Amino acid sequence: MGDIARYAFLAVLVSWILVPLGISIVYAFTPLDVYYSDAILSTTFTLDHVRTLWVLGAGEAFLRSVAVGAMTVGISFLLGLPGGYALARYVFPGRDAVKLAIIATRMFPIIVISVSLLKTFFALGLNDTLVGLALAHTAMALPFVVIITGSIFGGIPRELEEAGMIFGLSSFMVFLRITLPLAAPGLAAAGMFTFLLSWNEVFMASVLTLVNRTLPAFILNSAFATPIEPIRFAAAFMLILPALVFMFLARRYLVTMWAMAAR
Amino acid sequence: MPLFSLLQDSRVKAWLLLSPTILYLTVFIAYPIVDSFRIAFVKNGSLSFDAVDFLLYSPLSEFWSALKYTFLLAILVIPTETLLALTAVILLFKRFRGRDAVIYVLVMPLALSDLAAGLIWYSMLTGKGFLNKLLLNLGLISEPIIFFGYENRWLTFLAVYLAEVWRSTAIVFVILFAGAQLINREVFEAAEVFGASFYVKLRHILIPMIKPSLQAALLIRTLFAFQVFAVVWILAGRDIPVLAGEAYYSIVELHKYDVAALYAIVIALLSASIGLIYIRVFRETLLR
Repeated sequence: MGDIARYAFLAVLVSWILVPLGISIVYAFTPLDVYYSDAILSTTFTLDHVRTLWVLGAGEAFLRSVAVGAMTVGISFLLGLPGGYALARYVFPGRDAVKLAIIATRMFPIIVISVSLLKTFFALGLNDTLVGLALAHTAMALPFVVIITGSIFGGIPRELEEAGMIFGLSSFMVFLRITLPLAAPGLAAAGMFTFLLSWNEVFMASVLTLVNRTLPAFILNSAFATPIEPIRFAAAFMLILPALVFMFLARRYLVTMWAMAAR
Repeated sequence: MPLFSLLQDSRVKAWLLLSPTILYLTVFIAYPIVDSFRIAFVKNGSLSFDAVDFLLYSPLSEFWSALKYTFLLAILVIPTETLLALTAVILLFKRFRGRDAVIYVLVMPLALSDLAAGLIWYSMLTGKGFLNKLLLNLGLISEPIIFFGYENRWLTFLAVYLAEVWRSTAIVFVILFAGAQLINREVFEAAEVFGASFYVKLRHILIPMIKPSLQAALLIRTLFAFQVFAVVWILAGRDIPVLAGEAYYSIVELHKYDVAALYAIVIALLSASIGLIYIRVFRETLLR
């Protein structure tokens, strides 16, 4: 195949991704009279739809989603980081079985645990709380955090840690002063990825939150109920924006991390 | 000090470090799955098949069509995506200016919520959407094509198909691309030098070499197919029922938790069967 055909096909593929994305963003800022006319693209733009969305409660929903995402990252790293380190550094009986079991839990979509968690949360008074949703999202994120941090720690030469030991650091100090700083960029990317897992999750969020709706739940229930279509596209834009920012920040880790996350 | 020396043992240390994860996953994944059986089959302390009866016989239940559409969607979407992703991997073998940007764009949908993907395709296909306006302006149609609504079920299905391919080709691409990074470029370059056709490169070089990644991608993509929800819910509602959508409907609209738990069990069993195959095939790779 010639180079021209190659570039032509790639251009088609790239447009296939970018055109729908771009259109939804443009329509999110298109004035209503233009949107409901026959004009394909508008030359004037407005913030009206975002503003309406804000009045409907999207701002608070946005902040709640940020809070749930942050809590999910916090809890899942607190619990999962030591486990990832153990898988990377220690050889012990049962290691393979534990690792496979952790991977196996990733096979189950969050839908599978949602009904039981919902009932338990009702009993505990955790329904419709952000903490409850973060705990549910942690169940989804934790196996990923263990596996991915395990692979990040595994990529750091053991010799550096041993050197620290020779100079008299305790094993905890070695972790804190040597391993952690070296792993930091990878861990930051993993953290952003974990945040997105929570940010993008729709099912559990919609089932669990009612008054305290997070952004996806708000969009599925309120924003989509409005007959004014550009408002829906503005909602999509709010949901997309952090994802695009994080993707840009973590672009160096894109393929490796996603290939890892998929497993 | 015996306790101190016990803590120095790397075996004990490893289990201690892993214990928070194991405990959490037991409470938040293993227990809820078992509990789903109780919710679905136990009522007032005795065995009950009310949920099963509802699922199979109630006029409100769409179980069989949910099963049908979930599989139909998977059967149509997965081959399309695999072909697209394989082609992209081949075309990206050679390094060129802008290659990283292309990869970035192709991976992009992975970062986006399925909810956003549904809305994005809604903006393309709705009555005042991009496609209709474009075709109207070009004079190719005189009335907008109505994709949504019960009467237009197959056009709605087409919309869901497009949105799913758009959203999740990226996951297949990422796995195949990561796998292709590991293979010997020289074989591929040699094939180019000798003028191998696209088909030869695909069938006799790339596919055999990335067979493990291909298997992984197909299994993982199939796993994801069982949880398809927001794209369908946004574009089709219950006009095209799918398993996860019916679970959602059972909880939110019907408040029938036993039925929702049954859907959870069905999805769990489907996932587990594919998951077991996956872990068996890739045991060695996964443990690395």
